[in-house]
Amino acid sequence: MSVATQPPVSAPVGTPGDADKPNRLLGLLELPSVGALFLWMIVPLALTVYFSFIRFSLLNPDVSGFAGFENYQYLIEDEAFWPAIINTIILVGAVLIITIVFGVLLAVLYDREFFGKNVATLLVIAPFFVMPTVSALIWKNFIFHPDYGLIAFVLGKVGLRPIAWFTDFPLLSIIIIVAWEWLPFAFLILFTSLKSLDSEQKEAASIDGANPIQLFFFIIVPHLQRAIGVVVMIETIFLLSIFAEIYTTTSGGPGHASENLAFLVYSLGIQGFNVGTGSAGGILAVILANIVAYFLVKMLAKNLKGR
Amino acid sequence: MKKSGTLIFGIIGWVIAIIIFFPIFWMTITAFKTERGAYSPDLIFMPTLESFRDVFARSNYLVFVLNSIYVSIGSTLVCFIFAIPAAYKMSFFPTLKTQGRLLWMLSTKMMPAVGVLVPIYLIFKQCGLLDNIFGLIIIYTLMNLPIAVWMSYTYFCEIPAAILEAGRIDGATLWQEIWHLLRPMTLPGLSSTGLILIIFAWNEAFWSINLTGANAAPLTAFIASYSSPEGLFFAKLSAASLLAVAPIMVLGWLTQKQLVQGLTFGAVK
Repeated sequence: MSVATQPPVSAPVGTPGDADKPNRLLGLLELPSVGALFLWMIVPLALTVYFSFIRFSLLNPDVSGFAGFENYQYLIEDEAFWPAIINTIILVGAVLIITIVFGVLLAVLYDREFFGKNVATLLVIAPFFVMPTVSALIWKNFIFHPDYGLIAFVLGKVGLRPIAWFTDFPLLSIIIIVAWEWLPFAFLILFTSLKSLDSEQKEAASIDGANPIQLFFFIIVPHLQRAIGVVVMIETIFLLSIFAEIYTTTSGGPGHASENLAFLVYSLGIQGFNVGTGSAGGILAVILANIVAYFLVKMLAKNLKGR
Repeated sequence: MKKSGTLIFGIIGWVIAIIIFFPIFWMTITAFKTERGAYSPDLIFMPTLESFRDVFARSNYLVFVLNSIYVSIGSTLVCFIFAIPAAYKMSFFPTLKTQGRLLWMLSTKMMPAVGVLVPIYLIFKQCGLLDNIFGLIIIYTLMNLPIAVWMSYTYFCEIPAAILEAGRIDGATLWQEIWHLLRPMTLPGLSSTGLILIIFAWNEAFWSINLTGANAAPLTAFIASYSSPEGLFFAKLSAASLLAVAPIMVLGWLTQKQLVQGLTFGAVK
């Protein structure tokens, strides 16, 4: 469907003199959306920038004035800062790797016909529709729980000691939960993309003597490249702000072992009433996300032109 | 040879599906156990609705359900009021700026929520929008608006301009054009857009946890309160969760095809 090449529908109708008027009115149709999003983009972000450069504490109204880079300095010197940055990167990276590797394999598996495939597909994508707080709590209580969890039950049957997941492996536990939530997303996108792969191309390759492994690496993976790119970027945006899963399980602990940037901003700015430092953390998150967004928008722009 | 291959892949496919679905299955059966029975991993038990009764009796569960419904449907309606005119304009009367504007709208989704949490919290506090349904509707509308515009735009673009032109030549007014030509043709697309917006708003947890309390909390925030429970609660947690998750999962299953387009902004079809 080409959009850009479509002639404007209004052009042939009415006299040429009328053409300007409806166009100006038409501009008004866009205005509410554009205006609302413009405000949403500019006002809070400008305030975050502003707050990050002033002294502002909800606990102590006497603290005021320009702070320069004090908030940033204070943030970076906070003992929770570097763990939060590192945890954010590990969380995003690990979940990306898990969801994409398993997503590709699952997509290839589900590209074949087998008994009851449509129903099995529904089961595979189900976790994506579970709200984050429920996902986190069912994993916490039914799977990971050291006394009543399923893993503890199975380990007990084999005669092993239960594992205290959230105290001994807090970040890993959260990675597992988040990967479980996002694997269906990666699968769904990659599976859809794989359907558009020409079966003739696959047949031609097998006639030329390609084995399944060659088929996978030289036909399937290159075809999925763009879809993988989309998954990486969209997931990254969401994964940078993972919050509810941490809030309902470890609250960032023990210590700062499972605290990410989003949780740090919450605990500094909202829980700790330290608006300035919290805002500085928010700005860092925005910068991180923008680096990713730059590439995503660039790719989608190419795609729009391609239509 | 070929038959047995299909069987093996079928078995692998099903085993993986069952493993992935298992936590949801476990939550579902635990919801029908007694509170005491919920702590043992028995698969055979007498199903009971006790926990559902408890959930409704002990908390204002219905209030949270209603909050979730108001917030997700409310924000979706407001989204459409804003998005449909814009998408109509962009798809049928594109200008040189249209593409750039669409991408710019998309880029607003890239801003991580945590980057604006502090100022939004303070503004809401000033305006009395903390723990207020309307506050959450505003946030969810803005959060979903780019997706609403983008998806409606994609669906409008699939309508051949020639049909509208033919209508105009036959003397259809703008209203007749919208009602008799556009409405029937875009309704399927717009309804799946609406379902996706509802799913996103229903499952949103970052803003709901941070901006609401006892009054306006939707289910996401209410369920979070089970993270520090007292006494036996597995069965009640399961019952409350099952009711919160089941309707949206059915919606998600129904819209899975359009979901891919909506999630990737049309980049993957």
